[in-house]
Amino acid sequence: MKVHEYQAKEILARYGVAVQAGQTATTVSEAVAVAETMNKERGSTLFVVKAQIHAGGRGKGGGVKLARSIEEVREKTEAILGMQLVTHQTGPEGQKVRTVLIADAVDIKKEFYLGVTLDRQRSMPVIMASTEGGVEIETVAEETPEKILKEWVDPVIGLQAFQARKIAFGLGFEGPALKQAVKFVTQLYTAYQDADCTLAEINPLTLTEQGDVIAVDAKVDIDDNALFRHQDLAAMRDEDEEDPLEVEAGTHNLNYIKLDGNVGCMVNGAGLAMGTMDIIKLAGGEPANFLDVGGNANPETVEAGFRIILRDPNVKAILVNIFGGIVRCDRVAKGIVQAARNVDIHVPLIVRLQGTNATEAREILDGSGLEVETATLFQEASDKVTQALS
Amino acid sequence: MSILVDRSTRLVVQGFTGKEGSFHAEQMIEYGTPLVAGVTPGKGGQRHLDRPVFDTVADAVKHEGANTSVIFVPPPFAADAILEAAEAGIKVIVCITEGIPPRDMVPVYHYVKKVGAHLVGPNCPGLLTPGEAKVGIMPAMIFSPGRVGVVSRSGTLTYEAVDQLTRQGLGQSTAVGIGGDPVIGSRFVDILRLFQEDDATDAVVMIGEIGGTAEEEAAEFIKDHMTKPVFGFIAGRTAPPGRRMGHAGAIISGGKGTAEDKFAALEEAGATIVLNPAAIGETVKQTL
Repeated sequence: MKVHEYQAKEILARYGVAVQAGQTATTVSEAVAVAETMNKERGSTLFVVKAQIHAGGRGKGGGVKLARSIEEVREKTEAILGMQLVTHQTGPEGQKVRTVLIADAVDIKKEFYLGVTLDRQRSMPVIMASTEGGVEIETVAEETPEKILKEWVDPVIGLQAFQARKIAFGLGFEGPALKQAVKFVTQLYTAYQDADCTLAEINPLTLTEQGDVIAVDAKVDIDDNALFRHQDLAAMRDEDEEDPLEVEAGTHNLNYIKLDGNVGCMVNGAGLAMGTMDIIKLAGGEPANFLDVGGNANPETVEAGFRIILRDPNVKAILVNIFGGIVRCDRVAKGIVQAARNVDIHVPLIVRLQGTNATEAREILDGSGLEVETATLFQEASDKVTQALS
Repeated sequence: MSILVDRSTRLVVQGFTGKEGSFHAEQMIEYGTPLVAGVTPGKGGQRHLDRPVFDTVADAVKHEGANTSVIFVPPPFAADAILEAAEAGIKVIVCITEGIPPRDMVPVYHYVKKVGAHLVGPNCPGLLTPGEAKVGIMPAMIFSPGRVGVVSRSGTLTYEAVDQLTRQGLGQSTAVGIGGDPVIGSRFVDILRLFQEDDATDAVVMIGEIGGTAEEEAAEFIKDHMTKPVFGFIAGRTAPPGRRMGHAGAIISGGKGTAEDKFAALEEAGATIVLNPAAIGETVKQTL
């Protein structure tokens, strides 16, 4: 689960990670009030107004602005709040900005990268650091891999002080800042572990002119599987940042991802769903979605699946591909017949049911009077998609 | 012969009396799997599906000689269940449970390695040696005994591949679903090594998917150690970057983990790549 920058900083601050001070606002007057309070309480005079959307690349898209006075906080907030912010991660339509973070501007002396994530190859967390702050770590890894420092954390003994020191020394910290950097690494790792993050990334990590080590930006992803033990973090979910169709699918226990193609699909199992998307392409179409109905496909979920797929006006055909193991094909077939009664399926429908009770399923479909192309083999289904599109 | 499970398997089901556990235990028994006991803490001493129920895995080992375990307990308790099996001396542990947090799986992974057990999963369909043992949730009717090994990160794609092989008259030695999570007990390399050493396996079908580097590691292993032919399909050529495609581990991040990279690595390693998921069986048939 993704969270906003301000939420990420809130989580990290709970674990003692030093983050840039700031507060959120959802209206211009609120933003001004926040800046006034910061000025009174902390003597802040230089501010940054930061758009809060889940996508990265906000600065380049015009979603992060420096404000040299409270009046400028008003102007910049007016410009940013409500804008459709387009970044390399949002797609061309952009993402609407509903919240801004008003933060203290920081006198930057030097910028670094610091992140913790899971190294899948070694099956243990890895701390990555680089002197190339502000640059995406993937770019650094590509161009100057020697500039990335890595420390793996053995799950038996946990993060050791010497490892945090190796990172801090490796980044070139010295004097009082060194101590702060060691503490920062340690606290960030603690937050990563404790909050069940899949990623805790500080880019940039900043050494200020005053000699402090603080996070200017923060990105935290929380493991969806662990939300059961973090009710407070689960509450941070912002559905406004998600595709409304995907949110709706979730309420029906469907795993749906919208894509740009012309052939919708409904499949059981994530691997077969990806394989079905791939075969749609080989059949001459483009997948319009990923949709895994999982192991509990029943008439209600199948109907919801059709409704969601058909909400996309680009869909010219639908391929249902079920390989019944636990899922019984006859139940899915009944679901299709029921759905067709309640939903206007106005595009060619190709159904491939294979596995448990496949014969019964075909009889149900054939006897239903529905206009449906049935298939037994995967290739047969693919060929019928090609026919439907031509 | 085969790998990991066969007639000598003595299976214990953890989460035996629950809905999932009962349903699948019944199917495993029906297939003829030597299912000797079940474990549900607090229900020790009862009988279920005509098998003894124990409070602990250690009891199932002591009284019934269990050597293999299959786990159907809910995610918050599954990591503990794996550790209990490993500590009791079980050497093949199969965890079906989906949704275990990786933070819980990291120490489990290393502990299981340390004690020398094989962990398959979590978030997997288990494994099946045709005619001998079914450990997990795979649909038995599509299998036939033979000499092709199957290893896959996906459940339903495993079934798809097995079904295609059977239709081509190619039976399977063992099919293993290794699971779709970022942290899994057995990776492609572990299973490929077992198939390479197995006298009853002549060729291997390997089904990968986007995300991570397990297929690239497998390609290295194939290049250096495999003499048996390997056929590889990777799901997710049409998947967009940055989106998790159902499986927790199926995500292209930072330009890494694409199907193209994985296909290329396998091809370079000398594996036969299959670009069409409907042509897996046919390709194996034509090549062998």
